[in-house]
Amino acid sequence: MTKMLVMKAVAAATLGMLLAGPASAAGDGPQIERQKDWSFSGVRGKFDRAQLQRGFQVYQQVCAACHGLKRVNFRNLVEAGGPEFPEESVKGLAASWPNQIFDGPNDQGLIATSRGAIIKRPARLSDPILGPYDNEKAARAAQNGALPPDLSLITKARSVEYTGTLWAHPFRMLGDIANGYQEGGADYTYALLTGYPKDGEKPPATDKDGKPLKLADGMSYNKAFPGYQIAMLPPLAPGLVKYQDGSPATVEQYSKDVTAFLMWTGDPKLEERKSMGWKVMLYLLITTLLLYFAKKRLWSTIH
Amino acid sequence: MANHESTYKPSSRFGHWMDERLPLVRMMHGQFVDFPTPRNLNYLWTFGAILMLCLGVQIITGVILAMHYVANDQMAFNSIEHIRRDVNYGWLIRNIHAVGASMFFIAVYIHIARGLYYGSYKGPREVLWILGVIIYLLMMATGFLGYTLPWGQMSFWGATVITNLFSALDSVIPGLGSKIVTWLLGDYAVSSSTLNRFFSLHYLLPFVIAGVVALHIWALHVVGQNNPTGIAVKSKSDSVPMAPFAIMKDLVAAFVFLMVFAWFVFYAPDYLGHADNYIEANPLATPPHIVPEWYYLPFYAILRAVPSKLGGVVLMFGSILILLFIPWLDLSRVRSARYRPIFKWFLVCFFLSVIALGYLGAKPPEGSYLVWSRIFTAYYFLFFIFIMPFVGLLETPSAMPRSITEAVLGKGAVAAPEKR
Repeated sequence: MTKMLVMKAVAAATLGMLLAGPASAAGDGPQIERQKDWSFSGVRGKFDRAQLQRGFQVYQQVCAACHGLKRVNFRNLVEAGGPEFPEESVKGLAASWPNQIFDGPNDQGLIATSRGAIIKRPARLSDPILGPYDNEKAARAAQNGALPPDLSLITKARSVEYTGTLWAHPFRMLGDIANGYQEGGADYTYALLTGYPKDGEKPPATDKDGKPLKLADGMSYNKAFPGYQIAMLPPLAPGLVKYQDGSPATVEQYSKDVTAFLMWTGDPKLEERKSMGWKVMLYLLITTLLLYFAKKRLWSTIH
Repeated sequence: MANHESTYKPSSRFGHWMDERLPLVRMMHGQFVDFPTPRNLNYLWTFGAILMLCLGVQIITGVILAMHYVANDQMAFNSIEHIRRDVNYGWLIRNIHAVGASMFFIAVYIHIARGLYYGSYKGPREVLWILGVIIYLLMMATGFLGYTLPWGQMSFWGATVITNLFSALDSVIPGLGSKIVTWLLGDYAVSSSTLNRFFSLHYLLPFVIAGVVALHIWALHVVGQNNPTGIAVKSKSDSVPMAPFAIMKDLVAAFVFLMVFAWFVFYAPDYLGHADNYIEANPLATPPHIVPEWYYLPFYAILRAVPSKLGGVVLMFGSILILLFIPWLDLSRVRSARYRPIFKWFLVCFFLSVIALGYLGAKPPEGSYLVWSRIFTAYYFLFFIFIMPFVGLLETPSAMPRSITEAVLGKGAVAAPEKR
């Protein structure tokens, strides 16, 4: 009997030790706040058409100076589930897009003018939305060594790291799964765009961990960026973009709109996915219930 | 159960004609219609059917994806984006395949845990269990190869880290490990030729899995299913025919599982993946933290818990290979942990330590994370090498019912005649 007691005690002690678990789990990255009001979040999420159009306007007038959108074609701006601009105006937009298309040798078989400039043609609906640089080297040469990334997938390629306590983590995970939380990239992008010091503010002398913060040459402080310094100058300023629909001309509004637009560029089938989703779920739910009751009835014959 | 005869009676002239030449229907009828299944199986026993479903889903979606995918370092990432954006319902097929891999592993972990808890590895099911471990190893290889294909940052760096594990053999025979790595990669680093061969193997292995699954099911139908009591089927009242009883239960569970599956596909398709894999592979930029897919994390934690590279690799592979031996490591004469009051809690600790290792595998190997990785790794191996044999010898099992029928209907009960 004592043998059993000892073994029980050992088992209990092991369990206790395992449950005590790793003590510290706090994340060390920047704190990113979640935005609660994305129209595209959750099960019934949809893009706000007007917001996508404003967001494209911000991209066109601000971001496009450095960043491309090469996985998005002009035709996508017309398609359902996106900004849904009228086709004629997008045709015009493509034709006048400053970053033209290199399409191989022209009708004369030439790829460059006699002065050495590469021959390009205006974009069409079927062409990608290109940024200003032909290649990475051109971009780095123009940008003080930094590379402005293509923005097509930026909201998919970023996420928010969990920084809370270990014990709350599983509940946060379950909550995120139950809510279909997929907006980490959007939250990050918004936090980054609004993460520069406000007018008159000075960057803090130390970072979150208390280490002295020294900005390198040409770098800007940003509280959302890992390492707290970013090569991108503050891109947005109040009044920079003139909205037609009376939306506020603030950095917050610009950031929100362009983030929503970039969410669409990263996930252009989001609306189709979510609207198909609830039909599939409903079908599965009804079938599961029918199967369950059929099974209960069947098994009651032998119990 | 091996001598269970099929009660198939051909009902047509063609049926008779075929039955005398190739009794396939007779075999299927015997194995999947009137095959006796223990009447006390709980829902944990539905995961075998769910896993077959997962394999089928992965093969079908995979074949379709392969019609649009390009296995080339310049084009792989773009072809995935093409699938997501331009192929009709490509986003759906791709989400199902990517989420499906995770679902496959969730199901297989539940299936393995069930086997461990109810002692399904114990005689006469040793070969059945070993075939299962082989399937699991093949799944891990297939999953790893498949994760390389999208050619994102995590794909590339994950492949680099995992293939370089073999270079640990350099410390045994100088040059051997590096030779093996070069041979595996088909190059001196992960490159387009690596990607191309990984694609070829990723397409091949699922069919190998299907073959081993066939053996797994064959072995299962020879020895019969285990059940929550671990007591063998003794009389006719202990079992029910597979169709419709077990199949109906499998269907209910499969649809519940499909609801979870669909939820991820439609509402959280990227939740189980890593954001860095939406950045195209760049051999010149190493991500700050390289983490494998969630289903490898416990083993990744074991790998990094050991200070020596070779030791880590040995323990990592050992942690899976040790499963091959547990039919002989467990010395208890009782199968089901239900009747093993001490072992049960050590086993629960084992499950918790695997989960803890999974958590630690996603963290950097430093400070307290490393200390805990070592503690849990030690427990992982102690459990199999020490606790399994000795607790099995020492503990006094609790009282067990005499038969499955008694477990279901209570003492002295006589099963009601089946109404059919």
